[in-house]
Amino acid sequence: MSELEQIDGFSEEDQLDLQAELQEGFAEIEEKYAVDTQQGFENVLVIDNIPVIDEAKKQKLVDRLRQLFAKAGAAIEEENISMPWDDKAATNKGFIFLTYPDAPQAENALRLLDGAAFGKNTLYVNRFGDIERYANLPVGEGELPTGWREKSYVEKDHLRSWLGDSAGRDQYVTFRDQDVSVWWNGRNGVSEPVKIDGKPLKNSKWGELYLQWSPLGTYLSSLHRVGVALWSGPKLDGPIGVNVLRFTHPGVRLIQFSPCENYLVTWSEEPLDNFENHPNAALRETFGPEDEGNQYVIWDVKAQRVLRTFPADKPVQGEDGPQQMAWPAFKWSPDDAYVARCNVGVGIAVYELPGMGLLDKKSIKIDGVQNFEWCPMSEKDFVARKTGKGKEGSFVFWTPEAPNQPARVSIMSIPSRNILRAKNLFNVTDCKFYWQNQGDFLCVKVDRHARKAKSKKATFCNLELFRVREKDYPVEVIEFKDYVPQFAWEPQGNRFAIVSSNDPNYGQGIPGVVVKYNIDFYQLDQKKGDFIAIKHLDGKIANTLVWSPRGRHIALATIGSSQKFDVEFWDLDFVVDERRETSEPGANVTMLASGEHYGITDIAWDPSGRYLATSASSWRQTPEPGFCVWDFKGQQLVHQPQDRFKQFLWRPRPPTLLSKDQIKKVRKELKEYSRSFDEDDAAEENRGSAEKLAQRQRDISEWNAWRSRNNKKLDDERAKSGKEKKVVKQDVETEEKVEEIVEELLDETEEVVVG
Amino acid sequence: MKPIILQGHERSLTQIVFNSEGDLLFSASKDSVVNAWFTSNGERLGTFGGIKGDGGHNGSVWTVAVDSQSRFLITGAADNCMKLWDISTGKCLFTWEFLTAVKRVQWNEDDDTILSITEQRSGQPSIIRIFKINRDEPSAQTTTPITTMTLSGSKATVALWSPLSEYILTGHESGKVAKYDVKSGEEVNYIDDAHSGEITDIQSSPDGTYFITSSKDKTARIFDSETLQEMKVYTTETPLNSACIAPLRPYVILGGGQDAMSVTTTSQRAGKFESRFWHKLFEEEVGRVKGHFGPINTLAVHPQGKAYASGAEDGFVRVHWFDEGYFRSRPFGDLEPEVEV
Repeated sequence: MSELEQIDGFSEEDQLDLQAELQEGFAEIEEKYAVDTQQGFENVLVIDNIPVIDEAKKQKLVDRLRQLFAKAGAAIEEENISMPWDDKAATNKGFIFLTYPDAPQAENALRLLDGAAFGKNTLYVNRFGDIERYANLPVGEGELPTGWREKSYVEKDHLRSWLGDSAGRDQYVTFRDQDVSVWWNGRNGVSEPVKIDGKPLKNSKWGELYLQWSPLGTYLSSLHRVGVALWSGPKLDGPIGVNVLRFTHPGVRLIQFSPCENYLVTWSEEPLDNFENHPNAALRETFGPEDEGNQYVIWDVKAQRVLRTFPADKPVQGEDGPQQMAWPAFKWSPDDAYVARCNVGVGIAVYELPGMGLLDKKSIKIDGVQNFEWCPMSEKDFVARKTGKGKEGSFVFWTPEAPNQPARVSIMSIPSRNILRAKNLFNVTDCKFYWQNQGDFLCVKVDRHARKAKSKKATFCNLELFRVREKDYPVEVIEFKDYVPQFAWEPQGNRFAIVSSNDPNYGQGIPGVVVKYNIDFYQLDQKKGDFIAIKHLDGKIANTLVWSPRGRHIALATIGSSQKFDVEFWDLDFVVDERRETSEPGANVTMLASGEHYGITDIAWDPSGRYLATSASSWRQTPEPGFCVWDFKGQQLVHQPQDRFKQFLWRPRPPTLLSKDQIKKVRKELKEYSRSFDEDDAAEENRGSAEKLAQRQRDISEWNAWRSRNNKKLDDERAKSGKEKKVVKQDVETEEKVEEIVEELLDETEEVVVG
Repeated sequence: MKPIILQGHERSLTQIVFNSEGDLLFSASKDSVVNAWFTSNGERLGTFGGIKGDGGHNGSVWTVAVDSQSRFLITGAADNCMKLWDISTGKCLFTWEFLTAVKRVQWNEDDDTILSITEQRSGQPSIIRIFKINRDEPSAQTTTPITTMTLSGSKATVALWSPLSEYILTGHESGKVAKYDVKSGEEVNYIDDAHSGEITDIQSSPDGTYFITSSKDKTARIFDSETLQEMKVYTTETPLNSACIAPLRPYVILGGGQDAMSVTTTSQRAGKFESRFWHKLFEEEVGRVKGHFGPINTLAVHPQGKAYASGAEDGFVRVHWFDEGYFRSRPFGDLEPEVEV
């Protein structure tokens, strides 16, 4: 009404008329000049993904773009390019408008320019009208996109129910012939099958190729010729897509989970075909034409979809023919944020999850890079990461010697790509990386050759020990004259064990010769801050070190020998004499027991560190397939030789949910807790033995009844046939004395008497 | 339990037997002789055969049997002969000649009849023959069997008299266990799949009402002599060559090892050349005795349950006298079946 008030000198009536007239007129005008977003801008295009530059480079950018457009056949005048400007940041906004003289020219330009490469950027071209239209698309109404399928919601069974076992038992899987069974590992080797509704868990589909647990134990993955299936929930079964996840990948051979179980890498021997017209809908929908020929597939586990596929590695020609395929080819950062792949000699490609795009759109170029390994994260690091205070992730890599350039091992942070620490090395044949599982220490085992040796065969070793938590990553070097085939950090600890050998037979592979090894334990000296040897074991035959996942205990095993099958159990904190401990750090390193598992091929601690399983798989060469379970003290609890035994797998556990304080509290009140557990144990033992006792009593009574029946029958028949009952002769004399006269010739001399 | 090692054979053992008092042990070997031993100290009493022209066997002796009075010995060998010996003199009293090797001989409980099994070879079927033995004039025996059983199916490898000598219980190459009537020679009962591999030994319980069989299928089983009903199964991890039932204590003793052919390709450990003691009723292993370095071919137990002996591919016989602990030990607590002698 404000306009009306301004118009003076009209009567009230007139004013009303005028008002109506005006309103009519406005509507007319509005209609006439209304802007139709669908029309009128057919000649305008929006180009996205333009490099972001500042004022100084603006003219250059426009010139370069015009050059590109002209070259593509869609030339445009400079005044028809409009570049929106971000005043605050003093840069452009990353997109431009192109106004062509008419719509057909614009259409032509769209066809020519969309997807064109401008330097490293790919240009995305859209019609101006389309952007408006799609931005204003009604939400929640109308047709759903094609390919959408209605799925009713199905409740997922609890994925971690097995952790709720009242006795805190661990599960394991055995795979024999075609049969897979899941067991509870009870106290003292009393195993019982995992039962659902009173029936043991069985699935005939599991035995096709082989099995693998996911790293936190949530999924049991079974490999099939057509792909991978993940089984979860208390039944390890359920509705497909809910508790059973399927990943189609024909010919899959190897799989690898990301550390947090979010992603899965599968590798097949057969490159993917073009499945466009394949009769199998799953294959058609899963893979596109761009996946043809690729062998690696990276999956999102929960969404069950392909993130990206990759071709196989180019075969690397080593000195002795093509090198073996490196597995895992993709290495995951501990938090599932990145996955990286080493392109030997060229660089490392780091992909960001979940988009699977290259970090900063380019791989990290490192001349000569041979190998790399991510730094693990401790529980603390994960917490810090959540609160945003955590440090960056990092990995270590090494590059070999080049003319006028030493070999070098470096630690790089990701995503910033800063080199945190680098160290030069000489006469290097190979480097192996061993991170302590909390990311506190890094050991680089440097296999070295003599300085002027013709062959680059490694004959001795250096251990470069990085203390990662300290400032500037101090390095300590331990040199060995011998070759060191094995190295292992104590989990959660500051100790490590190595196997070294100066046996001339080492590496010769002479059948029937037992190679002798030395085993050394080292410990971080807290005061001095360096590593010192605490125990040396000479002339051992054990060649494999397996630390308990809780540290402190270690098993030394002889695997791959045709004569020796020893397993030794060592405790590094076995306190014999407290006074000695302080003066002599190695005094508590004690062998608890030693045993033997004939034909052993594999060895694994259970996730709690209470039990150790050794198995002999018929996939490898073993004279006696089967498995054994030992307790940490080295007592054999189970010995089960089984023909065609293939796999023994402990179900892993996720990290504890208890806080530090809660754990401390439990430790403090351990006596309280253990009392109730002791009671349970006793009850369990009684129950078990009562059952067994009853069974045995049944056995005896059945046997005795059968025997007396038979005896009677025999007696009757004897009587009928008139034959005497055969009496077994008993010795009358209780002890027979046998006298033996032993003549012993003590000395015999011959004397020749000369007369 | 220190063993007495009997070293007197140049080749592997085929069968060993105790006499009924348990003071003598007879061992048959592939070196074509049979030795008699004092079990108390391992001294050799004598040898049957071995010297040229003394009437001994001229090929691997497969089987040996002693009568309950320790007067006569019956042996069967690869030279197609079966011989009767006088134990006290070591003289061969009589020789039967067949067309194929004699694989098994056995006295009946009255010492007046024997059975023999001949090998199936070069067109000849496997035949079980029953002979009457003339004890009064031992060198005048008849060569005409009282019963002949020609086996058409799988050949018999081992055999045993039933308690009243009315039947013969046989174990076959196919794993079959069968029962034949001695008078008529007819098969009266059988189980085709008693074992899934060749039956290697058959030995009776002290009273004969049940028997144990060992097989290449790695199991040993106890059957009822009357009904051939399977009573117990003992599953081991190696092929078994022999099994016997210990009197006094509720154990069975099993022995074996993989085939002699593949022994050289694996280490001694792989062979499992151990005698295994299993609880007869509970079907659980209770102990092992090591010592041989070849597969155990034959086991025998002292008739009064005081000792047992094993003969192996390595050419040795090991006699083990049970010590106190064996009789006293109660591995399953107070649970003990009625004692059988």
